This record gives sequence, C-alpha cells and structure tokens, in this order.
Amino acid sequence: MSASLEQLREARARGDVRAMIAAIPYARFLGLDLELADDELRGVLRYSDALIGDPTLPALHGGTIGALLENTALLQIAWDIDLVALPKTISFTIAYLRSGKPRDVYARATITRQGRRVANVQVEAWQEERARPIATAAGQFLIQSAPRR
Amino acid sequence: MSDEPRVVGTLASQLQAFHKIIPHNRALGLEILTTTDGRAHVRLPYRPEFVGDPHTGVLHGGVITSLLDATFGLSAFMALPRPVSIATLDLRIDYLRPATPGATVHARGECYRLTRSVAFVRGIAYHDDEDSPIASGAATFMLANRPRRDARATGEVQP
Repeated sequence: MSASLEQLREARARGDVRAMIAAIPYARFLGLDLELADDELRGVLRYSDALIGDPTLPALHGGTIGALLENTALLQIAWDIDLVALPKTISFTIAYLRSGKPRDVYARATITRQGRRVANVQVEAWQEERARPIATAAGQFLIQSAPRR
Repeated sequence: MSDEPRVVGTLASQLQAFHKIIPHNRALGLEILTTTDGRAHVRLPYRPEFVGDPHTGVLHGGVITSLLDATFGLSAFMALPRPVSIATLDLRIDYLRPATPGATVHARGECYRLTRSVAFVRGIAYHDDEDSPIASGAATFMLANRPRRDARATGEVQP
C-alpha cells in the first residue's frame, strides 16, 4: 500500500479534510484546497494571478478549472469509499459554461454510481452562485475498495 | 483552409505571446516546439510540484488537462484565418496509461474541422513515443465574432 494512500486513509479516519489535500504536491502548486461545508466535501481553487488564461477578460485558464473538478472528484471517492488503492481516472469530460472570474472557485462532486471496479462521478464548479455553475464535469474512475466485513 | 496570407510571426514571438497572454502557461513552463496551420506541438518539462501521488511521483491529472487545453487552444488558434478570441466549450481526456515520473510530457493537437463558430480539435499527450500515448483528448472551442483587441492593435496573431 502506498504511503500516500495510508496518509489519505488516516486523514479520512480522523475526518481531517485539510490533511487529505496536504499530501498532494500539485494541490499546493495550484492552490487547491478542501473544506467541509454543511457536511459536504467542497473543493476550492484559491485565486492567484498565475491561474489566468486570458488577461483581456480576465478569465481563469480552463485547465485550472479542470484540475479543480478532477481533484474534487478523486477526493470525494477517497472520502466516501474505503479504498485499498488510489482511484485512477479512466476518462474525464469537462463542459465550460461561463468564463471563470479572477476569484476563488468552489466545486462539489457526487458519486452517481459506485460499482465494484468503477465509480461514476459528476462535479460542478461555481463562483458567486452555486445555481450558476461555471463548469460541470463527468468522470469514470477505476477503484479498488476494501472488502466489506 | 483559406489562401489569405496570415501573419503568424516567428516561433519565439509566438511563445512570448503564448506566455504573456496566458500567465498559467508560463507558470507551468509550457514550451511551444512547432506550430503549423491547425497544428501545435507543446512540451511540458517535469517538475516535482506537478505530482499527484508523492509515493509514486506520478503527475496529477490536472497537469495533463492544462497541457492539453493549452495545446488544443493553440491548434485551434493556428487554424483561424484571422485572430479572434477563443473559449473552450468542452474538453474530454482519456487516460490511457500512467505518466512516467520524472519524464517530460509532449502534447500534439490538430484542428480537424473549423466552422464560422466552432473549432474541433483532437490530440494526444506522450513521453517519447507518439504511438504509445499516456492520454488522448478532444476539445471544441467557440470562436468570438470580433478580432481580439490586442491582435487588432499589433496586427499579429497572438496565441
């Protein structure tokens, strides 16, 4: 079992969402965060000027919003399911609905189906209003869950 | 493709614009290797801060997403008869095999269909062997009706 998975499982057992994301170097690089809001896991992309993809608008780089969506989906799986290996993304599809403004972005993932080997996840990202998402995504992930006792 | 002459500048000036106009491309250290009509080849040198799983050193999927979004956007831009702003509508990525820790990632994009409103692009991410890609992807981009403000000012294509 990988050290990262062990770290993730311990953080999950303690309910420590910050520790779950602290283990991921790329999350620190990009400014990805995780918080619990109303008992829901919520991904956050903290704004910085390095995230800009189009300064004329200005708008966030599509890749950074994609990274937030995928990261939130992965951590939702790790939060909901007792895993024996880190999930692997099979395929991930992002629909960009509105341009991302230069401010924080939030994301919420829902596991729509959990099979024995595959988890289907839907994610949406928003800024001012949750009802006005700036992007949505659907992903399929390979999972290995711990046997049920 | 139209026969109109297009001002695309040198690779060095394209790269400068690519970084100036797109700060996140600079933050990632993306390098343009080649561009032609509707095609782009971009390189992403490995950095430890791109890692998703510190135990294995494998890149986070988000890095591949940013690389392909940038490469596909540049491919679409290189297909345009005149410079207009483009916005990603949709991006799909299939992860075919894990990225090799420590290795540079290359991406190639090809705009295979351009209409008045939409550019359709597909491509791959790979290390050394294009026949053994680590990811494949496809994207659609919406084209703005008007030329870019900055492009109008300089008369140059700015990816």
